[in-house]
Amino acid sequence: MSKLFSQENREAFSNPLNLNNPITVQVLGICSALAVTSQLKPAIVMGLSVTAITAFSNVIISLIRKTIPNRIRIIVQLVVVAALVTIVSQILKAYVYDVSVQLSVYVGLIITNCILMGRLEAFAMQNGPWPSFLDGIGNGLGYALILVLVGFVRELLGFGTLLGFQVVPQCVYDWGYVNNGMMTMPAMSLIIVGCIIWAHRSINKEEK
Amino acid sequence: MEHMLSLFVRSIFVDNMIFAFFLGMCSYLAVSKTVKTAFGLGVAVTFVLLVTVPVDYALQTYVLGPNALVEGVDLTFLAFILFIAVIAGIVQLVEMVVERFSPSLYAALGIFLPLIAVNCAIMGASLFMQQRVLMDPETSSQAIAGFGDAIAFALGSGIGWLLAIVGLAAIREKMAYTDVPKPLQGLGITFITVGLMAMAFMCFSGLNI
Repeated sequence: MSKLFSQENREAFSNPLNLNNPITVQVLGICSALAVTSQLKPAIVMGLSVTAITAFSNVIISLIRKTIPNRIRIIVQLVVVAALVTIVSQILKAYVYDVSVQLSVYVGLIITNCILMGRLEAFAMQNGPWPSFLDGIGNGLGYALILVLVGFVRELLGFGTLLGFQVVPQCVYDWGYVNNGMMTMPAMSLIIVGCIIWAHRSINKEEK
Repeated sequence: MEHMLSLFVRSIFVDNMIFAFFLGMCSYLAVSKTVKTAFGLGVAVTFVLLVTVPVDYALQTYVLGPNALVEGVDLTFLAFILFIAVIAGIVQLVEMVVERFSPSLYAALGIFLPLIAVNCAIMGASLFMQQRVLMDPETSSQAIAGFGDAIAFALGSGIGWLLAIVGLAAIREKMAYTDVPKPLQGLGITFITVGLMAMAFMCFSGLNI
């Protein structure tokens, strides 16, 4: 048990959450991060889907890494990921249809999400299944964290709601508060992510 | 013809791959440091789009769609795997053709050419095409009803992407001389710049042809 949670394995899990965050530090997987975050709910669903797919594709590739010929490894990785994404997309359609409509093509675009290919190439091809699984979960959650943060800010300021529930009380509107319609525009997600990167780098400056 | 032209212009300005859908963002941010390489990548993306979208359109219409291959069979759920296989295969093919017939272009594009296989803009264009095939061409200006439309959409999306990356590269070249706060330098300010560019592009959204 102690071997399963050794220092090294714990770092594989916890580093991507903060110091080596896939979005703010490695700059991977930006495309979907920006497009699905106008509300909190699709952001959470997207974050969880990516976490699951990253973890399981890492495990599968790590299990078969010794049998993959080097020349065609990209195609093999793409096929494994595409199969997993197809499964997730069917599950989303079956259980949370409204969110799957909202996410539209971005579920399919998880295939080309650079986080997946990056982790497969950089980690799963060299490491065993268990560290790869932790690494996948860690990177997926690091991605989900930023998504939820952006989704939280945009839904709160843009609609005055969180997960569809009204949180800004009516009396505030009576005093003249207005929802910021700008926040619902796609352009704002870029600026919010820019500000998150700014804050993240200011906080972590000493450690570098 | 009119519909094709409108589709072409719309996919450059209104449905811009970068500013409206954020597709191909990773390479967009990584390769936009100088105008020259940005232009090279933009041309490569346009080229690959122009080949893959019509091929995927044919796949969608004759193999995957409802009742296309066998009466009563809908293979749409296989789209992800087939599309990505087609894209990876075609990128490999394009690479070999370019290397054989234009070594200078091949040298200029370098590593970007194989990397295009995992560029979200390519896969995204195919998935949007798949959605738009189902739309009614009479009522929606986004519908794709034939090969001509698919080509117009691919060309427009590619040129829109090219325009966006060359614009950002030009701004970043100038920005090297400005005084940006230290933690914001590099990535942070690039994001905010793209955000402002996207806002500027929003004014095209009322465009009607």
